[in-house]
This record gives sequence, structure tokens and C-alpha cells, in this order.
Amino acid sequence: MSEEARTTRSIPDRLDGRLKSAVLSWPSLLLAVAVGVFILNSFASPYFLSAWSLSDATFNFTEKALIALAMALLIISGEIDLSVAAIIALASTMMGLALQFGVDTPGLVLIGIGTGLLCGMFNGALVTGLGLPSIVVTIGTMSFFRGISFIVLGDQAFKGYPADFAFFGQGYVWWVISFEFTFFLFCAVLFYFLLHRTTFGRQIFVIGNNPTTARFSGVRVERVKFILFCLTGLMSGLAAVALTSRLASTRPSIAMGWELEVVTIVVLGGVSILGGAGSIQGVVIAAFIMGMVTFGLGLLNVPGIVMSIFIGALLIAVIALPILFRMIRERRA
Amino acid sequence: MSDPKLTLSGISKSFPGVRALNNVSLELYPGEVTALIGENGAGKSTLVKVLTGIYQPDEGDIRIGGQQVHFANPHAASGHRITAIHQETVLFDELSVAENIFLGHAPRTRFRTIDWQKMHADARTILNEIGAGHLHPETPLKQLGIASKHLVAVARAMSIDAEIVIMDEPTAALSHKEIEDLFELVNLLKAQGKAILFISHKFDEIFAIADRYTVFRDGEMVGHGELKDTNQSDLVRMMVGRSVEQVFPKREVSIGEPVLEVNALGYATEFADVSFTLRQGEILGFYGLVGAGRSEVMQALFGISRPDAGAIMLDGKPLSPRSPADAIEAGIVYVPEERGKQGVVVDLPIFQNISLPSMDKTSRNGFLRLAKEFALARQFSERLDLRAASLSQHAGTLSGGNQQKVVIAKWLATQPRVIILDEPTKGIDIGSKAAVHEFMGELVAEGLSVIMVSSELPEIMGMSDRIAVMREGRLISIEENSDQLNAETLVRLAADIKADAA
Repeated sequence: MSEEARTTRSIPDRLDGRLKSAVLSWPSLLLAVAVGVFILNSFASPYFLSAWSLSDATFNFTEKALIALAMALLIISGEIDLSVAAIIALASTMMGLALQFGVDTPGLVLIGIGTGLLCGMFNGALVTGLGLPSIVVTIGTMSFFRGISFIVLGDQAFKGYPADFAFFGQGYVWWVISFEFTFFLFCAVLFYFLLHRTTFGRQIFVIGNNPTTARFSGVRVERVKFILFCLTGLMSGLAAVALTSRLASTRPSIAMGWELEVVTIVVLGGVSILGGAGSIQGVVIAAFIMGMVTFGLGLLNVPGIVMSIFIGALLIAVIALPILFRMIRERRA
Repeated sequence: MSDPKLTLSGISKSFPGVRALNNVSLELYPGEVTALIGENGAGKSTLVKVLTGIYQPDEGDIRIGGQQVHFANPHAASGHRITAIHQETVLFDELSVAENIFLGHAPRTRFRTIDWQKMHADARTILNEIGAGHLHPETPLKQLGIASKHLVAVARAMSIDAEIVIMDEPTAALSHKEIEDLFELVNLLKAQGKAILFISHKFDEIFAIADRYTVFRDGEMVGHGELKDTNQSDLVRMMVGRSVEQVFPKREVSIGEPVLEVNALGYATEFADVSFTLRQGEILGFYGLVGAGRSEVMQALFGISRPDAGAIMLDGKPLSPRSPADAIEAGIVYVPEERGKQGVVVDLPIFQNISLPSMDKTSRNGFLRLAKEFALARQFSERLDLRAASLSQHAGTLSGGNQQKVVIAKWLATQPRVIILDEPTKGIDIGSKAAVHEFMGELVAEGLSVIMVSSELPEIMGMSDRIAVMREGRLISIEENSDQLNAETLVRLAADIKADAA
């Protein structure tokens, strides 16, 4: 060994400054896209740039974005839950059922959240207890949960929710700021801290990157995953309360197909579908982009089917762009 | 004596930090079996990969029947009619026997589609030829046992009309009867004039089947000749001949009270009746052949598998870890052999790898404190002389040796009582090796107890206070590591070789 090897060398914490890595990050790129969409929208429609329009725009995505926060954690850990929309249907149905027995607003909210939590526990138990792949389990429970709704409701709908129940989906905290939107921002901050600032969040990243090493390093992998399924169920329950309150009715087809939109927000937000990477900032900005694009197209009277084409194209473009840039740079080099 | 069918001369192959093969030569003769002998890490597998076109040698040439050849890829090697049968056969479980035999060279119809009838008929013929008539060509491979899979691999070798057949520890997972059947097959191949390279750790098998031998040690060829001119003792001596330049910094440490007591531990078919005591400040080496059950015992101590018999006592208190988390809490940590898969998270920064099991200490009320994490990571990585540009560098960008230092740093930060190292220097460069060895000495001097699983004799003999030898899931004996103990004794114990008169 050389002389140099004997002296203790100091290793710096980081090489790049934090500012530089922040500027080059995925959320920064997304933010640029969001600003772009905002500017396009304001040119495209004269109605867009008004406080009430913007406030209405938030209703388009807050329920989905609430679920996306928890789904992001789940996908980073290497799992997925495709039953979230069905959980909304079941939770909403349970609330409607309780309504028939004269349960008051606090009771309804508790039943909605509780149903979501139980569904999440059920998914989590199947995945972590029996070691089944989550994509298969949750495709199964997707049909199962919504199936129960259909059996209970048939072609009927539950209506007649109490007046004070409407606050969760229709109420305003201050001026144009809705309760739903405020609640989403509050949850986003909570999830940011949970994922990026706690030991639990660090364990989620480790599990998503390498579950074996995580286990070999003393991380209780199954426990963490179980908690994440519960959390996703819980957020779906909260979304069910907000959506049911906003629509003031429950039909078995409520929130049909939302699971894919939620996953789209998460992936657009820079979360690796293979697990192990992602950020809450990205997911929040992606939710805004999705909301603004659909709302802007809505103002231009674009039909829903065409809108889904736009969203699909947006997703592919945003994901492909950095890869394309890299390929061009490498070809020049 | 006929001319060799295959001649390798002056073959060298280096990997970053390791010279795996250094100027080796090998000759294979038609109708003869040549045994390739050497310790783990002697370069046998690398040689097989050179022969099958997986690796390209840095230097040297390969001649077949006097013609110089060059294998750019595995396809080129099989084009020169070389085939390998591995310890765990490289076949496709989801395909049928016939498909596996003819994969890549299936008979075609006029329309270029696969001629299934001909393929099944040809497979039938070949299977009958090699005495495997009981196998049906259409059976999915996954329904077969390992012995039958070997037969399929041999049939595949026959189907490409291979002239050179490499058998890499083919008997490792076979029963006694199955080994006899395999040997019959080898004799059949011999009779057909094929040149066979036979790799095995088991001397009785080598003497039963081989005609010639070649011995590798530390990537060099140290001897070759005809088996009838030699005996087991000579071969063992060639195999283990201590390389002089390796110095082991074993410190004098006073060995204290028992720390870990393991009594009659057993788990399913992996191991049984394993008992030993580890004392404070002691390095207990575990030697044995690959597959002897050493890692399995260690993983049971670490809570990865749950033993179904026996008891573990740590500091006099019974311990039955249900998960690694339990074991770590109790003070037992494990540096796994599979560094990249089980030791480090390659896509996370160094400091996060190191702080992972110590986050209770670096965090407050569950909230991360990065400054504490960096401080902890710096303290232990500097102590291990880690070579990295920054602590935020991804662990995967480090060399194998430095990754191993990250794993060790991670465990030291938990302040364990017992540290288990499984093949701690496998595949890492000399400099890192020395650092790991020196560090083990420091650890025991501080009162830790170390269990070191290693298949490298110099390492085992250079570092251990006592050496436990395992064979086929049993702990055969525990030897005091004194001047009287020699490498041959250990090899004999591990491979069940009786002392012969020679």
C-alpha cells in the first residue's frame, strides 16, 4: 500500500451544490411545463384567467390528487393499488347505506374513511401476508369492491345527503379557496414530510430500490408495505367523502376509471413505475398540470374522449422528452 | 499419444482490480477426460467462460485441432462445437425437452417453420442413444429433476455434435446413483472420441473418471499431467500451496467469555445439528466447499430463515430472531456474500446506505437529521479508508472493494456484538482485501466477536483463531488454528478425503 493510503482522507458530503441539483430536477422541468400550460390556457380562452374559473379548475383534480399522494408512496415502494376507484365506490355506497339509517354527517365521514381504511388493510394483508403480487390482488379487489356497490345499489342511487355534508365537496374556506383544495394542500405538505423527511420515508425508497437489502438491513419490509396499503385505502376513503359530498349522490359507477388517472398523475410526477424514485413535489405539480389541461380543454368545448388523447400524449411526451434530449446530446458528443 | 483437440496457451484475463487468469495453458485430448482442479476463486469459472465465448481473453490463443480460433460470442463457441454443462444447467424451464435440445438449431420444414415431427423424432433418437429413453421429448423441462436436466444438457451437446464438452461441477446436486449414471454417460462420450473437461471439488470422482489433471491456483496453472502418475496428497498440495506475499495482520487478542452459543441448530434439509461457541475477541472461521451449508447457518443466526431445531444464546440469554431487524437489535449483524443484491442499495447514496440500520440514532422522533447522517457516514467510511468522491455518490458507482467497505461501515455504525462476514473478500481487489483483513483485526481488539465464512484457505488460516469445517450441512470439526494445523487437513475434512499412504 502506498503512503497516501495510510493518511485518513476526508470525503465531502456532496459535490454539486444543492441549488444546481434542484434546478436540474424533474419537478423543475414539470414546473416549467405547468407554467407553459397556464400561459397557453390564458391565451386559448378568455374565461380562464378569472379567480372563480381557476377555483373551479381545482375541483377537477383534487380528489384524484389526494389519492395520488398515497399512491406515489406505494409505487415508490414497488407496489401498486389499482382498486382505489373501486374503494371510492364502496366507501360512497357505505355512506349512502348509513344515510338510510339516519346517520348524521360526522358519522358518514367516519364510515367513508373507515371503509377506505378497511379496504386498504384487506389489500395489504393479501399482498404482504400471502406474498401475492399487488397488481393481481388489486385488479381482483377492484372488481370485488365495485361489485359490492353494484349489488347494494343496482341501478339506483343514494341521494338526500344532509346539507352540512355538502361542505366537504362544495364549501369554501375563504373567498374562492375551496375546502377540498385547502385540504389537499394540507395533505400534500404532510406527505412531503412523511416521504422526504422521516425515517419511514427513507425506508420506502430503500424498499423500492432493493427489497432484499432492505430486509437484510433490518427494515421491516412487510410492515412498511402494509402501512402504505392502509394509507392508500384511507386517502381513497377521504376522496370518497369529498366526491360524494360534491356530487351529493352515490351511484355504483362513481369514479369509474379513476385508478388510471391517479397512476398517470403519479408517473407524470416523476415517480418511477419500477419503484425506488420519485418526489411529492413532482406529483403535486403533475396534478396541477392534469387539472389545468383538462379544464382548459373543457373551456374550449373539447369532448372527453379527445381530452383523454391529449392526456395520453402529454404523458408520453413529458416522459420521452428528457430521454430524447439525452440521445441528441450523445449523438453530438 | 494423439494430438490435443483443444489447446489454450498464454491465456490472461483481468477484471478491474483482479487478475483472474494469468498466462494459463490447458490441453484437452480426444477420448480423454481432463480434470480441472483448484480452490474457489482459482480461475476455473473464468476459464470456462473464456472457452464458451462469454469472456474474451486479454492475451493468449485458443487452437482447435491446430487451427487458431477466436470466440467473439457464445454462439461462435458453439459453432466450433464446444458446449458446457453447468452445475445449475442453463436450460429453459418453460420449454419442452426436445425444444431445449434443439434450441437455436431446430430442424425446419420447407416453409422455414419448425419441423416438430422431425424434432421430436430426432430428440427421441438422441435420448435413446445416451440411455435416457425414459425421458419424453414433449415433457416440459420444469417437471424434471436436476439429474434428468443434466441428461437433457448432454443430449443437447450430442445434438450439436459437440467435440469438446465442459462439465462444470455437474455432480454438485446429484445423488450417488445419479452420479454413477452420469459417469456412464461420460464414458460413452469418451468412447465417441469427445474431449471432456471435468471440473469438480470431489477427489474420489476425479480419480474415478478423469485421465488427466490440470491444477489452477490464484489464476495460474501450477501443475498438469496424467492422473496415474499422481495421488491425492500431491494434488491437494498443489491446490493450496500458500502464496508467500500475502501477510495477514492477525493481532494478539486476549480471548474472553463465550458470547454466542449455538446448540444443535437445524433447518429443513439445509443443515442439522450445528453446535459451536463464539467467544469475545475471537475470529471463528468457517471453511467448507460451496454448498456445505455455511451461509445457511449464518442466515439462520441473522433471522432470515427460522431454524426448526436447536437453540441460540447470546450473552447467556436465549435468542430466536424472527427477522434481521430482531438480530440487529440483539447485536448480530451479517455482511452477505451477494454484495450487490443483499449488501448495498446501488442506486442510493453512500451515506444513506451507511445510516440505514442506524436511523434510530440519527433521527429525532422519526424525522431525519441529514447532518447527523453525514457525520455518522463520514466517521465510519474514513475509518475504513473508503475511496469515494463524495458521500452523496451512489454506492453502485464504487468498486467491489469499496462497496464492501460501505457494507461493513453500515454494520459498525450499529455497534454490534457479533459480526458475521460471508466471503468478505470475494471478488475484491488486493488493496481492499488487505484493508478488510486489517480491519477485522481491529474489531476483535475492540472486543467484538467475528465469524468469517470463507472458501479461501490462506484467508481462513491467516485470520482465524479457530476453524470450523462444514460438509453437507454438518459441522464436521472445530480445529484450533495452530502451527500444527495445515491446509491439507482442512481440505481433507471439507471434501471427505481419507488420509492415504502416499
